[in-house]
Amino acid sequence: MSSILAIVFLPLLASMFAGALAFVDCGDDKHKKHKIDTYAQWVTAGFMLVTMVLSWLTFQQVGLGGDSYTVTVLHWIQSGDLDLNWALKVDTLTAVMLVVVCTVSAMVHVYSIGYMHHDPDVPRFMSYLSLFTFCMLMLVTADNLVQMFFGWEGVGLASYLLIGFWYNKPTANAAAIKAFVVNRVGDFGFALGIFAVFVMFGTVNLDSIFAQAGGLSDATISIFSGEFHAITVICLLLFVGAMGKSAQLGLHTWLPDAMEGPTPVSALIHAATMVTAGVFMVSRMSPLFEYSDLALQVVTIVGASTAIFAATIGCTQFDIKRVIAYSTCSQLGYMFFAIGVSAYQAAIFHLMTHAFFKALLFLGAGSVIHAMSDEQDMRKMGGTWKLIPVTYALMWIGSLALAGVFPFAGFFSKDMILEAAYGAHSAVGNYAFWLGITAAFLTAFYSWRLIIMTFHGAPRADEKVMAHVHESPKVMILPLLLLAAGACGAGWVGYSWFVGDDAASFWGNSILVLDSHPALENAHHVPAWVKYLPVVVGASGIALAYVMYMFVPGLPAKVVSAIKPVHKFVFNKWYFDELYDAIFVKPAFRLGSSLWKVGDQAIIDGLGPNGVAQATQDTAEKTAVLQSGYLYHYAFAMLIGVVSMVAWYVFIAG
Amino acid sequence: MADIGLAHYLTVAAILFATGMFGIFLNRKNVIVILMSIELLLLAVNINMVAFSVELGDLVGQVFSLFILTVAAAEAAIGLAILVVFFRGRGSIAVDDINAMKG
Amino acid sequence: MIETLVFYMFAITCVVSGVLVVTSRNPVHSVLFLILAFFNAGGLFVLAGAEFIAMLLVIVYVGAVAVLFMFVVMMLDVTIVELKQGFLNYLPIGLLVVAVFVGEILASSFAWHMAPEAAANIQAKTPDMANTSALAEVLYTRYAYLFQTAGLVLLVAMIGAIVLTHRKRKDSKKQVIADQLARDAKEAVVLKKVETGRGI
Repeated sequence: MSSILAIVFLPLLASMFAGALAFVDCGDDKHKKHKIDTYAQWVTAGFMLVTMVLSWLTFQQVGLGGDSYTVTVLHWIQSGDLDLNWALKVDTLTAVMLVVVCTVSAMVHVYSIGYMHHDPDVPRFMSYLSLFTFCMLMLVTADNLVQMFFGWEGVGLASYLLIGFWYNKPTANAAAIKAFVVNRVGDFGFALGIFAVFVMFGTVNLDSIFAQAGGLSDATISIFSGEFHAITVICLLLFVGAMGKSAQLGLHTWLPDAMEGPTPVSALIHAATMVTAGVFMVSRMSPLFEYSDLALQVVTIVGASTAIFAATIGCTQFDIKRVIAYSTCSQLGYMFFAIGVSAYQAAIFHLMTHAFFKALLFLGAGSVIHAMSDEQDMRKMGGTWKLIPVTYALMWIGSLALAGVFPFAGFFSKDMILEAAYGAHSAVGNYAFWLGITAAFLTAFYSWRLIIMTFHGAPRADEKVMAHVHESPKVMILPLLLLAAGACGAGWVGYSWFVGDDAASFWGNSILVLDSHPALENAHHVPAWVKYLPVVVGASGIALAYVMYMFVPGLPAKVVSAIKPVHKFVFNKWYFDELYDAIFVKPAFRLGSSLWKVGDQAIIDGLGPNGVAQATQDTAEKTAVLQSGYLYHYAFAMLIGVVSMVAWYVFIAG
Repeated sequence: MADIGLAHYLTVAAILFATGMFGIFLNRKNVIVILMSIELLLLAVNINMVAFSVELGDLVGQVFSLFILTVAAAEAAIGLAILVVFFRGRGSIAVDDINAMKG
Repeated sequence: MIETLVFYMFAITCVVSGVLVVTSRNPVHSVLFLILAFFNAGGLFVLAGAEFIAMLLVIVYVGAVAVLFMFVVMMLDVTIVELKQGFLNYLPIGLLVVAVFVGEILASSFAWHMAPEAAANIQAKTPDMANTSALAEVLYTRYAYLFQTAGLVLLVAMIGAIVLTHRKRKDSKKQVIADQLARDAKEAVVLKKVETGRGI
């Protein structure tokens, strides 16, 4: 029981320790800096490794053993009807997330020891990583919506701090702000959702909400004089929050720019954990979502659209990290449309496998970047597979898992999702299925495009860079090996527990699926062609990539020129950034500027301090004319005074 | 306009007083005119005093008028002395030039 | 009848000369008109029955004050100044204020009437004798202190006038008492050794 307290709070302690070390000024003393850095790294990484082991034990106890409990830590709010505590809820869903978060985080911590070795701000980095882990763990162990929101905001904060870690780079600062602001939009929806939950259910405690959900399934809520189905409204608002955090279509613009942060950050936050918080939240709220068909349909459509949208862009990008980022966005879309057809278990399964292979891909890309002397443009890479064979092999494993090739992890989870989409036998399900198939084809294509451009062909970098290409040190390779093991085996091992025969006893009460949503059930009985189509599609994607980049090198250029306008549209991210800039950013700047120039300066300052000062000065200047220095002026003034007084007495008072 | 009564004397005094006031602030020539206007003011007051004294049958008015006369003479002397000294220092007694109190 | 006419003559002349005092261009004319105003005021006093005051007016005001004015005017060599433009600017407002002022005085004086207990408040009832004697009877007895004070005022004025205008002559020797008192033995006395029979 107390192991959950250790799991959640050890990262916090590590973060505070490393954070305190960050304030130590080493000046030019390299020896001292090395010592401080080493303390920070090993304490945080050590604590994370302990946490990782504890999380596996918890998974075994709760997930496989069927135990589930809630540990109350502190009393928090008791105000009127609002009553909630700091409490850690541990059930199967939590245990799965714990394993994912702790494992990937621990691997990233260890990897960062090597990757950030030459960085001047190591303690700060490790502190932020541990802080992020703590907030993520609070999020997944929350037993009420407000605590989940705390974790939600906390990971957003950590993301901002880490994206903008190299704060002297203006692009990093801008990207950090962009991430935070776009997330804010989602958080606003989430907060409104929590308010709506409180209005309808009178509590924000998850267990209480789920107990009442069935009874309130037909209730309506009145907003601004219209009556709406309450649970649909709540679910849609909560989904807006998930869209922001998980970079779904519409609130996705921050994810590619988040690659400004160091590569371990991209691996941890923007591949495995933070972006999956949205998926986790919707799955956690499954008892609510099940009662709103409209919300589920919306989720499906948005998820499927995101999957295809991101996959198309990923095919055109040249920055190695951007390709993987769009790949993440696309895979998140998969998870959401799985949720949309009520296959929550498949979504979480894919979340887990995706965490492993996506983190592997990102960290592998980090190794490549490290080897190529911080070069990220794939057009300047090539011809390196013999020089960095381990990294090459690991990237192959990650890509095979991503493309869904048997027997790697992605095969099991991704195919499950596609089968569930088909098995929903609904319009949105079919929409999702076909888009998912297309996205699978594109996924395979761009993954091998990445591998071929990065490792094969003639070297396109100059000799100095090529001479420097070397394999990463052991401290960076070891985490990759563990992640590769997960990418290989997690699918095969977890299949029966997550979505197979043992699913019901494995999940227990943590996920609710109504009988009216049989998608996951039907997924086991789909026709054979549905089972094999993803494999065929994946293989053809790989083949096309080989053709275009290995065998006929001139072909990509020809294709681009043939479909130039389409290519331009896709290459420019479907012009979303420009659209948002025109609709939101520029008007916001204009409003701010006018409020500043007109409202603040002209009106408030003009009428207020400056205006009063100016008026005082003008009045004083005019009054000063009376002091002319001429005696007869003064005498005249006296006379006027006397005359007025007498007149007053004679005519008015007299 | 039959019998000369108190009102007539008072009217004369009033007009003289007004003239004196007029002279103080309306003159643009020199400071001596100001001093002469003050004498006119005092004269008007004297007329008032004597008129009332006669009307009321009270000698106090005339006694007071005596004293006013005294003070007026003293004040004229001092005023002119100041004027002389001022002229010695400034060289001009034009009213427009006396604005050192400006500001 | 005669009285009325004489009164009006004196009154009008007085007022007119008063106006001319203020508006004359030549300051010498102003002083002369002032003298005329004083004379006519004296005439008014005689008509009222206060002949001593009238004489005093002539002797003191005309004889001393106005002559003093004349002295100063002559001494200061005041030039004849043209009527400046600013005068006309001020004229309307000045006339207005003065008119209001006069109106007020007149309004209050015509609305005035004696209080019933005023008769009991008379300080010094006018006796049935000549004005001079009557004044003497009151002045040296009841108002003696005031009389002396008036004399002091004149003394102070005289001293003041002299002090203000006094110019030091450079070659006149005067004692500076402060320097005398601040004398030091060292500056004043010099000790010299004198040989017998030789002298200093």
